[in-house]
Amino acid sequence: MVPMVMRVLRILAGLAILLALGAGAFVAYAWHSAIDPVEPPDRAGFDPALVSRGAELATVGNCNVCHTAPGGEPFTGGLGIPTPFGTIYSTNITPDPETGIGRWSEEAFIRAMRKGVDREGRHLYPAFPYDHYTLVSDEDNRALYAFLMTRKPVAATPPANELSFPFNMRVLLAGWKALYFREGPFQPEPNRPEEWNRGRYLVEGLSHCGACHTPRNRLGAEKQDEYFAGAEVENWTVYAINASSPAPVPWNADSLAFYLRHGWHEHHGASRGSMAPVTANLGSVSEADVKAIAAYVADVMGSPGQERLTRGEAAVAAARKEAEAPLAMRANTAGNAIGEAIFLGACQGCHDGRRPVPFGGLNFHLSSAVNAPNPQNIINVALFGLPAAKGEPSAIMPAYRSVLSEDQLVALLDYMRDRFTDQPAWTDTRERVRATMNGEREVPIYRMDGTTQAPPETSMRTAPWP
Amino acid sequence: MAVTLTVNGASRQVDADPETPLLYVLRDHLELNGAKYGCGIGQCGACTVIVDGEAVLSCVTPLLLLEGRKVTTIEGLGTLEKPGPIQQAFIEEQAAQCGYCIPGMMMRAQALLQADPSASEATIRAHLEPNLCRCGTHMRIIKAVMRAGELMRQNSQSGGAT
Amino acid sequence: MTVSDIGNPTRRGLLAGGGSLIVSFSLLSRALAQEGEVQGTAPPAQPKPDLPGSLSGAPFLDAWIRIDASGGVSVFTGKAELGQGMKTAILQIAAEELEVDPQVINLITADTGQTPDEGYTAGSQSMQNSGTAIRHAAAQVREILIAQAAARWQVPADQLRAENGRVIHPDGQALDYGTLVSNEILHVEAMPQSRLKPTDRFRVMGKPMPRVDIPAKVTGTPIYVHDMRLPGMVHARVVRPPRPGATLTSLDAAAVEQMPGVVAVVRNGSFLAVVAEREFQAIQAMRALEKVARWSEGTKFPNPANFVQSLKNLPSQEGVVAEQGQVGTTGAQTLQATFTRPYQIHGSIGPSCAVALVENGVTTVWSHTQGVYPDRKAISEMLGVPPEQVRVIHVEGSGCYGHNGADDAAADAALIAQAVPGRPVRLQWMREQEHAWEPYGPAMLTEVRAVLGQNGRIAEWSYDLWSNTHSTRPGPAGSLLAPRTLPTPFQPPPAKLSITPSGNGDRNAVPLYTIPNLRVIWHFLPDMPLRVSALRALGAYTNVFAIESTMDELALMANADPVEFRLRHMDDPRGRAVIEAAAEEFGWSGESLPEGRGRGFAFARYKNHAAYLAMALDLEVEKETGRTRIIRVAAAIDSGEVVNPDGIRNQTEGGILQATSWTLYENVTFEENGITSVDWSTYPIMRFGAVPESVSVRIMDRPGQPFLGTGEAAQGPTPAAIANAIRHATGKRLYDIPFRAERVKAAIGV
Repeated sequence: MVPMVMRVLRILAGLAILLALGAGAFVAYAWHSAIDPVEPPDRAGFDPALVSRGAELATVGNCNVCHTAPGGEPFTGGLGIPTPFGTIYSTNITPDPETGIGRWSEEAFIRAMRKGVDREGRHLYPAFPYDHYTLVSDEDNRALYAFLMTRKPVAATPPANELSFPFNMRVLLAGWKALYFREGPFQPEPNRPEEWNRGRYLVEGLSHCGACHTPRNRLGAEKQDEYFAGAEVENWTVYAINASSPAPVPWNADSLAFYLRHGWHEHHGASRGSMAPVTANLGSVSEADVKAIAAYVADVMGSPGQERLTRGEAAVAAARKEAEAPLAMRANTAGNAIGEAIFLGACQGCHDGRRPVPFGGLNFHLSSAVNAPNPQNIINVALFGLPAAKGEPSAIMPAYRSVLSEDQLVALLDYMRDRFTDQPAWTDTRERVRATMNGEREVPIYRMDGTTQAPPETSMRTAPWP
Repeated sequence: MAVTLTVNGASRQVDADPETPLLYVLRDHLELNGAKYGCGIGQCGACTVIVDGEAVLSCVTPLLLLEGRKVTTIEGLGTLEKPGPIQQAFIEEQAAQCGYCIPGMMMRAQALLQADPSASEATIRAHLEPNLCRCGTHMRIIKAVMRAGELMRQNSQSGGAT
Repeated sequence: MTVSDIGNPTRRGLLAGGGSLIVSFSLLSRALAQEGEVQGTAPPAQPKPDLPGSLSGAPFLDAWIRIDASGGVSVFTGKAELGQGMKTAILQIAAEELEVDPQVINLITADTGQTPDEGYTAGSQSMQNSGTAIRHAAAQVREILIAQAAARWQVPADQLRAENGRVIHPDGQALDYGTLVSNEILHVEAMPQSRLKPTDRFRVMGKPMPRVDIPAKVTGTPIYVHDMRLPGMVHARVVRPPRPGATLTSLDAAAVEQMPGVVAVVRNGSFLAVVAEREFQAIQAMRALEKVARWSEGTKFPNPANFVQSLKNLPSQEGVVAEQGQVGTTGAQTLQATFTRPYQIHGSIGPSCAVALVENGVTTVWSHTQGVYPDRKAISEMLGVPPEQVRVIHVEGSGCYGHNGADDAAADAALIAQAVPGRPVRLQWMREQEHAWEPYGPAMLTEVRAVLGQNGRIAEWSYDLWSNTHSTRPGPAGSLLAPRTLPTPFQPPPAKLSITPSGNGDRNAVPLYTIPNLRVIWHFLPDMPLRVSALRALGAYTNVFAIESTMDELALMANADPVEFRLRHMDDPRGRAVIEAAAEEFGWSGESLPEGRGRGFAFARYKNHAAYLAMALDLEVEKETGRTRIIRVAAAIDSGEVVNPDGIRNQTEGGILQATSWTLYENVTFEENGITSVDWSTYPIMRFGAVPESVSVRIMDRPGQPFLGTGEAAQGPTPAAIANAIRHATGKRLYDIPFRAERVKAAIGV
C-alpha cells in the first residue's frame, strides 16, 4: 500500500503546484462542456475518398489493435489494458448510437483526439494515447471520423474500468494533463526535409511509437528525457529505438522500412509480441509513409559508429558461416554443456539458417532478443512459441513450456547469451523465467498475422551452385 | 548417452544421441507407432504425445530433456482388445479417414480432458489448433473428443480407471 | 435380384444391370483421382471380356478366392486400402456371397506377387471392378462347394445351403468348406453369370459395418508402411536437387560417410541418398550431405508474377469437349468472366514412405502407391530388369488424394536398396521434399461467356479452359523422379490431349444444365513447368467453380433466386431432387442477412455421370480484415443405392472441408530458383479455428439404382458456394482462388 499512498501524495502535490500556477489554467484543463449528441450520420453521406484516407490513417494509428478484444468484432472495444493503476478497457468506437460513438459529431471526435476529452466532456485516460493523437491535423481527423462512422455499428458494452480510488476520479486527469500534456496539432520543423517532417508527424502522432518505446514515469507519462529508450509492456521487452538499440546489426532507414512493411528482416528476425499487429497494419499502409516513419526513427537512432557497423558485419558473417556448416558448429562453453546440448537438440534444427527468415529460424548472432538488456522476450518465445496465423503464410514456432524445466531454460538462455553475444551475462534470468513460467508475469501471445506481408519468395536452395 | 524415462508406465533406458528427438526414440528405439512423423518442425501435430500430463510435440523435443519424465503415447491409452475411453470414442464415431493424424489428435485431446474433463466444444476446437487434418475429418474428431469426455466422466463416476 | 445377367459386358451394362451388385460399392470412393477406364498396364494374357468386373482380366476363380484344407478363406483384390474403407467393403461382399463371417477372411490387397492386376485404385471405380469380380467369384466358389457336397451326399445341390463356412444337408449334417476343397477345385475359369444373393437376404452387405482398419489406427498397432520394421532394416533419406534438371556436379562425401551410424552414401548419377542404422542418424547425415553436394543450375521455374493469368499465352492444342448449336451471338445480357486456380498440393500429412529389399535377385518394395502393377513396371524399367524381378506390395499410407509422392518414394527405396542388398531399406521423404516434389494439381484458367435470353433462360454458353493434363501417373520410368536423375536419365513422357467421357482437365467442363447452344474447348497445355498430376476431382474443382459462379451471376441478371434459376435449367429429375433437398436441408430463403453475412449455393453431377451433389452454406466476411468464416454447410448427395451412409457422409464432409481449405487459403508458391511453399508455414491449410460450426449431409435414398462414384463429388461445388456467399455478403465476386484475406479485403475495399 505504501507506493499507492506515495502516488496519491504525488498527485496531490501536482495539484498543489497547479493551484499555485493559476486557478484559471486548472479550470481550463479540469472542465469541458458536453458537446450535444447528433443523429448517427448517414454512411452514404461520406466521400469514399475521405473514408479511404481515414482507413489508411486508422491503420497507421493501430486503432483496431486496442479497440478490439480478442475474438471480438473489430472496433467494439473491451480489450483490457493493464496499467500500474489498474485495468482500463478500450471503448466501442463503432458508430453504434447507444454503446459506440454513433452520436458523436465530428467536432466531438476531433476534440477527443486533440484534447483527450469525450463527447460528454469527461477526461479520457491516457491509455488512449491522445498525448500523441493531439498532433493529428484536423484534416486527418476528419478522414478518421469518416472512416469510423462508416464501420458496421455493433452494440457492445465493454467492461467497466478496474481502477481503485483515487485513480477512478477522472477529474484528477486534469492535473496529469497540466503536468504532461501539450496540445497539438503538429508543427513541422522548417529546416528539415519533407520526408522527415512527415515521418515525425506520423511517428509522434498516429503511430504513437513512443507510447511503447519510451519508458514511463510513476504517473504513467512518457519520460521525454529517455525518448525511445525502450520499456517493458505486457511483459514483452520493447526495445530501445534510439542510439541504445540492442540490435546486433544496426538498423538503417532501409532495413527499418522493410521490417515495418513486411514484419520481418533477414538480419533482425520476425516481429512478434505486441509489435506483430503493428507491422501487420503497416503492411497495408503506403510505402511512402512507411519510408517516412523509418527515416525519422533511423534519424533518432543516429548513425551507428564504425565500431557498431563492424560488429554488425561480424554478426552477419558468423550467421552465414553457421548456415553453411551447421552440424559442424559446436561452441566451446565450458561448464554449460547442458545449455549447449539443449540448444543443439531443440533449437539448432530450425535456427541454423538453413532456411531463411521469416520461415526459418533466425540465427541468434543476429537476435535483438539475445542481445537485449534482459531475456524476457527470448523467454516468452521459447516458452510460448509463435502460433500459426489463420490461413496465411506465417512463421510458426512450437512452444517449449511443456518440456523445459526452469533449470533447463535458464541453462539454455545463459548458453545462448554467451555463445551469440559478447554482452555481459543477464542477472535476472532465473527470476524472469520463474515468474513467466508460474504466470506471475502474464504474457499475451499474438498470432503471427503480423508476418502476413512476408513475400513467399524465400529460396529453398540448400547449397549455392557454383 | 543413456537416458531413463518412463514410457506408458514402464521404465525404459534409451541409449542414443542426446539431440535425438523423442519422436525417433519412440518409433525407432522403442518401436511404438502412435506418434507419427508429419513435418519434424512442430507445425502439424502428428507427433503429439503426453509428457507429464502436457501435450508435447515429440519431433522437436530432444531426448536429453526427458530424463526422469513420464511419457504417454497412444499405446498407453489402451489396446485393440481393451481400448481406452478416447480410443473407444474414436471407434464409435468412426472418426478417421486415412487415420494418420488421429493419434496426435487423440493425445492432445487426452491431455485436455485429463485437465478439464468437461471441456466445451469451443475449448476443444481451440486446443486442437496445433494439429492438422488433411482428410477433413474435423467434425468427427470434435464429436469423438466430446464423446471421450463423456466416457471419461462416466468412468470416473463409476470409479473405473480412465 | 437373384441372378445377375452380365450378358452385356460394357460399362453401361454393368451400371444398368448391376443394381444390388453395384450397391455395395458406395462404401468405396474416396478422394481418388480419375483417369478414366484404366484397368491394368498390360492387356491380360487371355482377356475374357464377357466376365464381370476385373474377372475379365483374371478369369481363374482362385486368383480371387482360396480356401485351404482347414477352411481358412483368403480373398485377393488388386485394389488398395487408401483409408476409404475399401477393405471393409470387400470383406462384406466376399463374406456375403461365400456365406462366412467377415472376421475369418484373410484379405490380401494389391500385391504384384499375389493379387490380380487391377491397375490403379483410383476414380471411385474399385467396387465396380474389384467388388464385382469378387462378388461373382465368391458366389461361384460357394456354388462349387455346394456341388461338391451334393456329389458326396448324392443329393441334388438345390436341397443344400451354405452357411457359416459349411454346407448344410436338409437333415442337419454339415460339411466344412475345408473338407470339401481339394486340389485345383477352384482353379477353374469364372462363368459369365452367377447366382447372387438377393438383397433381402443380406447379412452383412447393406449394413453399416464398422471399418476394420480403424481400431489399429487408434491403438498404434502397426498398419502403415511407415510402421514397418523388418529384421536388419536400415533408414534412408534422399537428397534432392535444388530444382528439377539440376545435376550433381561434385560431391565430397567422405565426412558424411564417417558420421555415426552411416552405412552408405548412395550416388547414382545425380541420384543422391544416404543410408544409416538409425532414423535420426539418416536425417542428420542427409543434412550434412545437402551441404557438400554441388549442383548445376538446372531448369529455372517460370517468373511467378501473374503466372496463372499468363497460362493463356503458353503453347496449346485445342480440343473440342462439347459442341452444340451456335455460339457467338451478342445479346443484351451477356456475361463474361475469367476464373483462375493456382497450383495446389495434395499435402498428405504423412510424407511418402517405402520399404525395399533386394534379395535373391528380386527387389521387393512395400509402398502406398495406388497402382502396384504400374509402379512395378516403372521401377523395373528404371532398374533395367524384367518386371518379374520386382515385386510391389501395397501397405497403407496417409491419405493421398490422388497421385502424390508414393510412387516416387517406392522408386527411391528400390534404387537405394540396390546398394545394400540383403538389408531392408526404409525410405521416408521429408516434409519439404513432399511439398516441393509431389506432383501438383495443375493451375487452370477458364473463360466463360454466357448469354441470357429474353425468357430468362441461358441462350448460349461458351467455355474455354487452359490446363495441363491432370494425370502423369507411372507409366513409364520417366514419370518418376529417381529415373530422371540416373546417369542415362529417363525423360518424362510427353503429355497428350485426350477427351474422354470421364474427363481430365475438362472434367465437368460441360454444365449439366439445359443450354441450347454450347461450346466447350480445352486449350491443352503440353508444357509442364511445374510437375503436375491428378488431384482429387481433377478439372472438376475449377470447372464447377467457374460454372456455378456464373450461374449465380446470371441469376442476378435475371433477377432470380439462385436455386430457382438452377432448377429452371435442370431437366434431370435427380439433379432437381438434390438441388431441392439441399435448399430444404439448409433452409434456403431470400431473407436478408446481417451485415457481412452471406449465403451461397452450388450444384454439380460429378463427371456428369457419377454422384449428384448440391450444397448451401453461409459465411461471414470480416470487413476490416477480409477474413472469411464458414458458419454452416448443408449438402445433399445422391450416390445411387446407399449401402453405408456413414462412409458417404464421412467422405462428403471431408471433401467439403478439404475443398474449403483449398479455396480459402491454398496456393503453391515459387520463384525462379525453386518452390518456396515447402511446409505448413509457407503453405497454410485449414486448422480447427476455421472449421465450420456445422456440416450436415442428407443422403438421397435410391434403392435399386446403380452406385455412383461419391468421394470427389464435393470438390467442385464447394468453391462456388463460397464465392457465391462472399458475393452475397459483400457485393463483390472473387474470381481467383484462393480467397485469402488480403484478396477479399482488396475486393471489398474500405
